[in-house]
Amino acid sequence: MNTLTLWFHQFGSPPTFYRVAGRMLPWLYAIALTSGAVGLYGGLVVAPTDYQQGDAFRMIYVHVPCAWMGLFAYAFMAANGFVALVWRIKLSETLAMASAPVGAAFTFITLVSGSLWGKPMWGTWWTWDPRLTSELVLLFLYLGVIGLNNAIEDTRQAARAAAFLALVGVVNLPIVHYSVVWWNTLHQSASVSLMGGSHISGSMLWPLLTLAFATHVYFFASVLARSRATLLALESGKEWVRDIARASTSGTEPAHV
Amino acid sequence: MRPGSSAAACRAIVVRDLALAWRRRGDALNPLLFAIIVVTLFPLALGPEPALLARMAAGTIFVAVLLAALLSLDALFRSDLEDGSLEQLVLSPHPLALLLACKIAVHWLTTALPLIVIAPLLALLLYLPAPVLPVLMLALVLVTPLLSLIGAVCVALTVGMRRSGMLLTLLVLPLLVPALIFGAGACNAAQAGLPFAAPLLWLGAWLALALVLAPLATAAALKISLT
Repeated sequence: MNTLTLWFHQFGSPPTFYRVAGRMLPWLYAIALTSGAVGLYGGLVVAPTDYQQGDAFRMIYVHVPCAWMGLFAYAFMAANGFVALVWRIKLSETLAMASAPVGAAFTFITLVSGSLWGKPMWGTWWTWDPRLTSELVLLFLYLGVIGLNNAIEDTRQAARAAAFLALVGVVNLPIVHYSVVWWNTLHQSASVSLMGGSHISGSMLWPLLTLAFATHVYFFASVLARSRATLLALESGKEWVRDIARASTSGTEPAHV
Repeated sequence: MRPGSSAAACRAIVVRDLALAWRRRGDALNPLLFAIIVVTLFPLALGPEPALLARMAAGTIFVAVLLAALLSLDALFRSDLEDGSLEQLVLSPHPLALLLACKIAVHWLTTALPLIVIAPLLALLLYLPAPVLPVLMLALVLVTPLLSLIGAVCVALTVGMRRSGMLLTLLVLPLLVPALIFGAGACNAAQAGLPFAAPLLWLGAWLALALVLAPLATAAALKISLT
């Protein structure tokens, strides 16, 4: 077994994951908070006012990172769901299901902040534009995954069924996206792209990227924290959980954390 | 057809499901009745003005068909699960996806085909212009198998749950958004005198993809649900 597979197996075992994730969490929260604060300061105070949209453009600093995270969380969930279904790794099931509510929350924030931004810019809270509609469908997909996961009693079976639904969604998402592109659009095309260079000034761009980084770190922190809680419940009969419980009732710090 | 071959198994399933559907033919009327009632409600709510109804006809019919199909999906595996034959299907040596494809095909024949047959009546009720009717029928022929195929995947995931109705809606409808857009879009384009081939071709391509993938996905989902 090479080092990578060995590391993978070790990290994939619930007690190790619980311990390592517990050690990483405070750092991740600290990094997310600091970079988030820096990004928000840069975006709301330092960045110059847009010549066309005025100060309303600053909504971009909430809207766009959340929109990216909504998609990223779905990709993360689907990738973990794939691993869970193919190799039956318990940790991947847990991670996939932990990322669903976080992704749904980011998607919801995207919709709400987009609507708040749309009112001053387009003069309407909502328009049936392809991107908005895709985003709404994405939210429904998330809710479907969460609903299915909650509806099945057995935690592991629920996670596998919901992960499968997430994968079906991956096959279907491009079709949904291209079908809604049919309608005429109000939404501006993407201003930031990895390949073609960005159409946004550097002084406005850096806070955006910082905030994108912060939301990514926050996402991982949140997923790890949720997974730890799920693993404790899932493995409640096991020795390592008993150790933690014993340590926490006797008032001493548990040896693992 | 050799006894014991997969073809014989498929034939047995088709014959059995058709016989079951025939003996409970009253149930097959439910989706029809539902679609007619939904379509009747629209003029009552919006007023009987022919121009407005004609403008909304295709979309309304598609929504009614979608909801009626959703209503009938719940029964796809229910009785098989209750009498244990679904587990026998999963355990059988024949490819599960093939057997499920037969079940889905029979389901389409018994629930969706009657809806297509009464579609001209619904179109008449809503003053759909006569030249658009062939486009509507063609779009329905392409859309309804998609409803059955994609619906089957979601039903397989919720099989065994006692109250899956609302959840099933949540799972199926986001996946079926393109069916509605392309199907109703083709009719609206035809009504406006615009070319309507592209959305129909899209539907055909999607149907080809779903015909191959959906039975496999249904089989995988069923195995997850029945473990």
